[in-house]
Amino acid sequence: MSKPPIIRVVDLHKSFGSHGVLEGINLSIREGSTLVVLGGSGSGKTVLIKHLIGLLKPEKGQVWVDGEDIVPLGDEALARVRRKFGMVFQAAALFDSMTVFENVAFPLRENSEKSEEEIREVVHSRLALFDLKGIDEKFPADLSGGMRKRVGLARAIVLEPKIVLYDEPTTGLDPITTDYVDEMILQAKASLGVTSIVISHDLASAFKVADEVAFLSEGKILELAPPSALRDSKMPAVQRFLDSWFRKNE
Amino acid sequence: MKVNLKPPKRHAWMDGLQQGASQVGAVFKGRVTELGGMVLLAFQVLWCSIRPPFRLRNFLTQCEFIGVGSAFLVCLTGAFSGMVFAHQSARAFQIFNATSLVGPTVALTITRELAPVFSALMVTMRAGSAMCTELGTMRVTEQVDALETMAINPIQYLLVPRVLAGLCVLPLLVALFDFAGMAGAYLVAVGFQGISAGTFWLRTQRWLEWPDVAEGLMKGAVFGVVVTMVSCYKGFHASGGAKGVGKATTEAMVACALSIFILDYLLGVLLH
Repeated sequence: MSKPPIIRVVDLHKSFGSHGVLEGINLSIREGSTLVVLGGSGSGKTVLIKHLIGLLKPEKGQVWVDGEDIVPLGDEALARVRRKFGMVFQAAALFDSMTVFENVAFPLRENSEKSEEEIREVVHSRLALFDLKGIDEKFPADLSGGMRKRVGLARAIVLEPKIVLYDEPTTGLDPITTDYVDEMILQAKASLGVTSIVISHDLASAFKVADEVAFLSEGKILELAPPSALRDSKMPAVQRFLDSWFRKNE
Repeated sequence: MKVNLKPPKRHAWMDGLQQGASQVGAVFKGRVTELGGMVLLAFQVLWCSIRPPFRLRNFLTQCEFIGVGSAFLVCLTGAFSGMVFAHQSARAFQIFNATSLVGPTVALTITRELAPVFSALMVTMRAGSAMCTELGTMRVTEQVDALETMAINPIQYLLVPRVLAGLCVLPLLVALFDFAGMAGAYLVAVGFQGISAGTFWLRTQRWLEWPDVAEGLMKGAVFGVVVTMVSCYKGFHASGGAKGVGKATTEAMVACALSIFILDYLLGVLLH
């Protein structure tokens, strides 16, 4: 029997001014699975992901997380829900006044009762998991783009969240680092059993890490299918996206 | 009978007037919206400051940044302000043979006006601009969003320590300015202008009262809140990358400086 959805989005609408960004999104994500949301630039992918963690409020619709509609929740209740999430930002969003160690330790210091000794142990184990040994005392400005992404990932999973959101984790990275980040996503899923939602327009990564792919265009999910079935999509916008991507990457 | 249904002829000056009025209206609306946003944020800061977790370490860090970091600058500004003011007032009072009034005149002006205004301007330039830039950069690089995703209230974590530090530290800087200003005034009045030390201090003690000093300290506390609130508000709502952060910082500096001068007058009237 398949696991129940851990996140369910029902008829989600969001607009900025007169511009409708999300126009009736419906989506279900099973616990422990990886969903990749594909779409062109400006299709509303980041807006969608920000609704899942309550950073934005929709005009209409519901976002169910672990059996609870988070749309009407106040700040305190939202904070409780957010502890179930980890988020990896497009540019990592590491705190540049803190060292790598302090960045990864930060969620533990703020949201757990662990002693400094335990925190040190957990942080080192997470950094080792992503091959980041020996950079504890470096500041984010001293790291490469790939390293920053990995530190961001280490920080996102340090509290062992149930759900991890990745906002374009491979954008701007070279192919080798992109492969490395994909491996990290798979490793996080394998070692911690997290549910992952990945926002991307990188098809190679999507096919590698996804259990399901949702194609977002003009504020609507046009296709929701396993990666292998996406090529057979009858939707013209999906076909155009795939054709264009394969032409560029062949 | 024929009825003329043509609309009245519009002149170019009418269009210009309409356009000008709508532009003025848009600017006015923008300023009112911004003021409303600031008041709302001030209430949120107040609400967050009385609820746990209390971030003492962040507060002390900000006190150190605003206070210790600005102390030398405030001392220097205070000393030279006192010296200049003593020099000019000595020259003026010599005309009436009333140089004994240099001490109290300088003391009253420094404690009531110069110390709070100049200290606040120094803090605006040094700490306010840094605060606005830091928060603006955090906003545009999604570090503020990152805090929220970690279930940390960014207002409580970032803004409350800064505003409380401004409230507590600026009166201390005002007091420091008072001392440095009077020391500078003494040096010029007694050392260079030949006014006797006894006359300088006796007259100063006779005219200067505690309410005068308290007025300056109170103004300092108000300016401390205003400078940090405006800087934090502008930085917190910055958008549009590095250019947006630069624009927010410029706007914050202008708004802080204007607020200081306007509030200085209003508080001066209110406190008397």
